[in-house]
Amino acid sequence: MLGKGIIKGMAETARNFVGSYVSEDRLTTVQYPEERLPQKEAARNFPFLVYDGTEAEAGLRCVACQICEKECPPQCIYITKSKDRKPDHAGKPQFYPAIFDIDISVCMSCQICVEVCPFDAIKMDTEFELSTTDRFGGLLQHKGDLSRSNTYFQKLHPTDAAEADARLAAERAKAEAKAKADAEAKAKAAAAAKPAAPAPQPAPVEPAVAK
Amino acid sequence: MDQLPITLKTWLVSFAPEAYRELVSAIISTAAIIGVFASLFALTTVLERKGLGRIQNRFGPNRVGPFGFLQPVADGIKALIKEDIVPRAADSVVHFLAPLVLVAPVFLALAVIPMGRNLVAIDLDSGVLFFFAVGAATELSVFMAGWSSRNKYSLLGAMRAIAQMISYEVPLILSSVSVIMIAGSLSTVAIVDSQAGGLANWFVFTPWGLAGFILFMIAAAAESNRSPFDLPEGESEIIAGYYIEYSGFKFALFFLGEYIGMFAVSGMAITLFLGGWHAPFGFLEWVPSYFWFFGKLLILIAGFIWVRGTLPRLRMDQLMNFAWKFMLPMALVNLVAAGLWHLLGTGVSRWLICSLVVVGPYILLGRTLFHSNNVGKRIYRYAE
Amino acid sequence: MISLPVFIILGLFTVAGAIAALSLRNLIHCALALTVALGGLAALYLQLGSQFVGFAQILVYIGAVAILIVFAILLTRGSEASEKSILSASWPSGIAVAIAVFVVLGGTILRSSITHQSLPEPTDVPVQHLGEQLMTKYLLPLEVIGLLLTAALIGAVIIAMQEKETK
Repeated sequence: MLGKGIIKGMAETARNFVGSYVSEDRLTTVQYPEERLPQKEAARNFPFLVYDGTEAEAGLRCVACQICEKECPPQCIYITKSKDRKPDHAGKPQFYPAIFDIDISVCMSCQICVEVCPFDAIKMDTEFELSTTDRFGGLLQHKGDLSRSNTYFQKLHPTDAAEADARLAAERAKAEAKAKADAEAKAKAAAAAKPAAPAPQPAPVEPAVAK
Repeated sequence: MDQLPITLKTWLVSFAPEAYRELVSAIISTAAIIGVFASLFALTTVLERKGLGRIQNRFGPNRVGPFGFLQPVADGIKALIKEDIVPRAADSVVHFLAPLVLVAPVFLALAVIPMGRNLVAIDLDSGVLFFFAVGAATELSVFMAGWSSRNKYSLLGAMRAIAQMISYEVPLILSSVSVIMIAGSLSTVAIVDSQAGGLANWFVFTPWGLAGFILFMIAAAAESNRSPFDLPEGESEIIAGYYIEYSGFKFALFFLGEYIGMFAVSGMAITLFLGGWHAPFGFLEWVPSYFWFFGKLLILIAGFIWVRGTLPRLRMDQLMNFAWKFMLPMALVNLVAAGLWHLLGTGVSRWLICSLVVVGPYILLGRTLFHSNNVGKRIYRYAE
Repeated sequence: MISLPVFIILGLFTVAGAIAALSLRNLIHCALALTVALGGLAALYLQLGSQFVGFAQILVYIGAVAILIVFAILLTRGSEASEKSILSASWPSGIAVAIAVFVVLGGTILRSSITHQSLPEPTDVPVQHLGEQLMTKYLLPLEVIGLLLTAALIGAVIIAMQEKETK
């Protein structure tokens, strides 16, 4: 019948109109500044530095190996190594970055720095609302701006964080086992070297507090 | 309550000296019509944008005012403060006059539509003819707008717009002639009075009335350049066609003229087919008559918005074919059906015969016209 | 009752439109001025009390004929303003002939018996009477006009069709 298609079309539009008041999938608009869509797990924007624990300076995983600085294609990372060392998660004293700057106006979000970091210290953030009115220093982020805690990382990328945590825990367990074995060996050697020592000295090695 | 506007007007007129009473009365009715319909225009723009948005699974404008209903205020301020750009090569006198030549006849057309009991601005003896006459005068403004811009595309758009408007005037007038035949008068007040007495007396509930109403609404959409007939002004086709070179307030005037034209022709449809300001049932007569008129007008406007959100734009040749090959014969058949209705007296037989006379050609035309796509097999030519 | 001031104003309006249609340079402006003159004529009809003829004048002349004229101008000439003067070279003799014709015609009319007859009162002729007269007394002219219009329509379609075939 002539006109049947028009009637069917108009019925569909009417369904859309009425449905947009009652059901969610007939009104798919997300009103941006007030509501935001959740981002997918693999979303990435600009890098951030992970720290374990609650203090950014003490728990920073980065050891200033400068691999990411060398591998970054647009060369937007600026690292200055510290002069002294700090114990890391496994207790071993490591350098730490005195200055760690990323120029996010240059960064192209390629994630190469994340892929090459051997210490799971730099990961990709999903924050995109970074516009600023200062065109000279506003987009240069320093170590303090870049540091985020491990709990933040776990919330952001759960599977990656779980993987990194597992690896670090395994390393820590290995280091602890090694330290314990070393201590036992040293104690045995000390006991064997001084059989007449009245009191066995407790092992001076303290395992680093694993968190 | 029903006669409140009339009593208000008589009270206001009584302040004027005796000699100027008629003039003051005319001025008051004119001001009232312009005020009411201009605010209805503002309301319609926001309703249309929100309605289209909901049809398209999105919100309409919802930032300005509660649920976006102050959007026309923002639009109005924008249109007023925009710079008025007139191309240097444009014919400035004609360019200036074109929006005025559009808006003035369109407001004139609203003068003969009865909006309530005794609420006509002018009760002309040949009101319907007046309405169509001033409707025809708006086509001249389309041409003036298109030509004065000295722009090939705008001229092309104007030509197409005028061809469309002239083609659809014929079914428009013919489908109203059937109503005039039955009602026996060209006066809009008389036509509304002949539909008194509830739903059964409205002309739209007769076979020829329904066909006439549908033809009239389609032709009305084409006359006011509304989707799906908005090729001359389509934004994705010819980028606003004949009013490309207009900016700011003149564009707002064109917009206003188009929408008021839509209101005027919907008002005429209500007068001719939908029983004017009569209530559908006798027990609802206590509701004021203008409430019924504007309620029906809002329903028709919602229908226009609904069709705009649904149908794709018709191409120019499809449009012309539709007007001349389908609507014109159907309008003539409708005339015959209306004549038969009048001559056959009351009874079931006239319903059957008139329905047959209307539906038969509809099906015949539908089958024959749109099946012959003489598109042959595609021929490919390759470079040698 | 025809009121004189209104008639004079409308008449001046019409004549001004007609003179502008003769004397403007741009052809489209002339066509639009002609439209104004036709509108003035419609107003004169309305002033004489015949609503039907007045509105039919607007509907037919301004709504269709004026558009036909502008289309014809656009499709044939183009809209450049002509460079020559609007007065032709032989304008004194033209004006002399026009004045002579006007004097002859005016004299004949003024001396005939029409000026001695009293004007009939303009009545309000309702449209129904017009329709009845068209269907009974003037049926033959109505049918002839219909035939003429049909012939014109068919002729236009044939001309347009032939243009498409020869293309």
